[in-house]
Amino acid sequence: MKYAARRIAMLLLTMVIVSFFAFAAFSMISGDPATAMLGTTATPEKVAALRAELGLDRPWPVRYVEWLAGFFTGDLGISYSYGTPVWELIAPKVGLTLCLSLLSFVLIVAVSIPLGLRSAGRAGGRLEWLGTVVNQLGMAVPPFFTGILLTWVFSTMLHWFIHGQMPSLTQNFPGALRYLLFAAVALAVPRIAMTTRMLRSTVRREMERDYVRTAISRGNDRSGVLRRHVLKNALVPVVTFLAQTMAEIVAGSIVVEQVFAIPGLGRMLVASIGSRDYPVVQAIVVILAFWVVLSGTAADIINQRIDPRLRMGGRT
Amino acid sequence: MKHTMNGYLRAGLILSGIMTAFILLGFFWTPYDPAAMGEADKFLSPSLTHLLGTDNFGRDIFSRVLQGAGTTFLIALSTVAIGAVCGTAIGAVTGYFGGVVDEALMRVNDALTAFPSILLALVVISILGPGKKFNVVAALGLVFIPSFARVTRTAFAALRDVNYVKSARLMGASPARILLVHILPNTLPVLLPAITIGFNNAVLAEASMSFLGIGVTPPDASLGYMLSEAQSLLTAAPWYAAGTGGVIVLLVFGVGLLGEGLQRRSREVA
Repeated sequence: MKYAARRIAMLLLTMVIVSFFAFAAFSMISGDPATAMLGTTATPEKVAALRAELGLDRPWPVRYVEWLAGFFTGDLGISYSYGTPVWELIAPKVGLTLCLSLLSFVLIVAVSIPLGLRSAGRAGGRLEWLGTVVNQLGMAVPPFFTGILLTWVFSTMLHWFIHGQMPSLTQNFPGALRYLLFAAVALAVPRIAMTTRMLRSTVRREMERDYVRTAISRGNDRSGVLRRHVLKNALVPVVTFLAQTMAEIVAGSIVVEQVFAIPGLGRMLVASIGSRDYPVVQAIVVILAFWVVLSGTAADIINQRIDPRLRMGGRT
Repeated sequence: MKHTMNGYLRAGLILSGIMTAFILLGFFWTPYDPAAMGEADKFLSPSLTHLLGTDNFGRDIFSRVLQGAGTTFLIALSTVAIGAVCGTAIGAVTGYFGGVVDEALMRVNDALTAFPSILLALVVISILGPGKKFNVVAALGLVFIPSFARVTRTAFAALRDVNYVKSARLMGASPARILLVHILPNTLPVLLPAITIGFNNAVLAEASMSFLGIGVTPPDASLGYMLSEAQSLLTAAPWYAAGTGGVIVLLVFGVGLLGEGLQRRSREVA
């Protein structure tokens, strides 16, 4: 538990650093928000008044600490383009992106783990090349293209869902999940290919170890050894990889949300980058970054529970 | 290094060769003017006169795809060049000399590579300003440096104390000579697959950003932007999306096979 506490402390420290960079970078480029909101024709008095109202006349360390605290109090400033509080814009979208990402993650784990284990068990077979080719092909298909193909087949041709009309998550949860499922599949395809490939090579490397040979020579069958011994030992790198996958999915959802017109965080981020709405960009970037760092930390803590060697502070 | 071929390498070379040949051709010649519109030629389905059909303005999609693939290709190449050159330089110096700077840089590197490249690229592009070709290259190039630095650092650190490096040092070779002449060629088995993977990531990242409308924007053509156009014409001209997306898939698939072949070859030699 001491390890977990230390890891969480590190997580918080990382987040402070990341948020500081985000704050500094976006404050530097965004120029004066008051001018941005009022336009260049505004009188200096009006700009000064708005600056005072927004609290921009105070030194930056004060503003940074306040902004950081805003993630807990819900006060993240005002959007330039909508004029409404950033938090109100973002909060309803967090759940949506989270749902999409989790759905996709479940798909990836459910498909690639059995697939990876099967293909590792059949290494050296005559059709091995076919698996590799399909794998490379899977990695070559960008999620937005898969998304367009899925839309074409299931929306335009089969009318299984209506593109652009996503049911509300709170009012029609099953309907919303159904809609999200298509996006989750598009997001999952290349990741399934990568995870299968990773799992396959990890398990194969583990199968060449001495203890596996010993176990088999003592009369255990291959699949039993795979299940009871190899899997446990191959788990640590897999957990780390899956954490990275979780982070990649959230980033990938930025694109997929656009394809399926899902009003999530990613769509908001892209729109805000386009309109240079920096308070919104800043907040979303920090939320996504938090997600990335959090999944990394979770992986480390889980791995430390799995592998006692890591409890001594060693690294894999 | 033994120059053995394998099936993946051969297939990858052939497919990437064909794609590259088409793209190079597209720089000098396209069957039609990619910008030429024609009222009578709207929404023609693929045929021998228009290999991939025409779009809502009557423009020949095959010509546009050739042009767009050229842009994507150039951006990916420049991105990988920036990433590979800067990354290898950083990796070489830190891996060979080690020390505090190495430790510190690798920590920063760990932190950066934990973030998905598309997210970092979006942050950089929103700082540089969206919608400009040069900014896309700068953003992606910057984002690709850490992963190259990490790969080459490991390779250089591993070769730091092998015998031929030691003897070169004893003979009075300068560090620059040791790094460039003695170690660099021997990191190629690691570096080449990394370059193919980097190229593919760059193609996909550029296409994603242009698809989102914050990468390459008109008048420059790019496969990603064309796909976003194609999506809105999905009912009227499904071949537009299929052709454009298909080219991305073939390009990445070919280079992916190439990388797979290179990786297998270096494993066989080792």
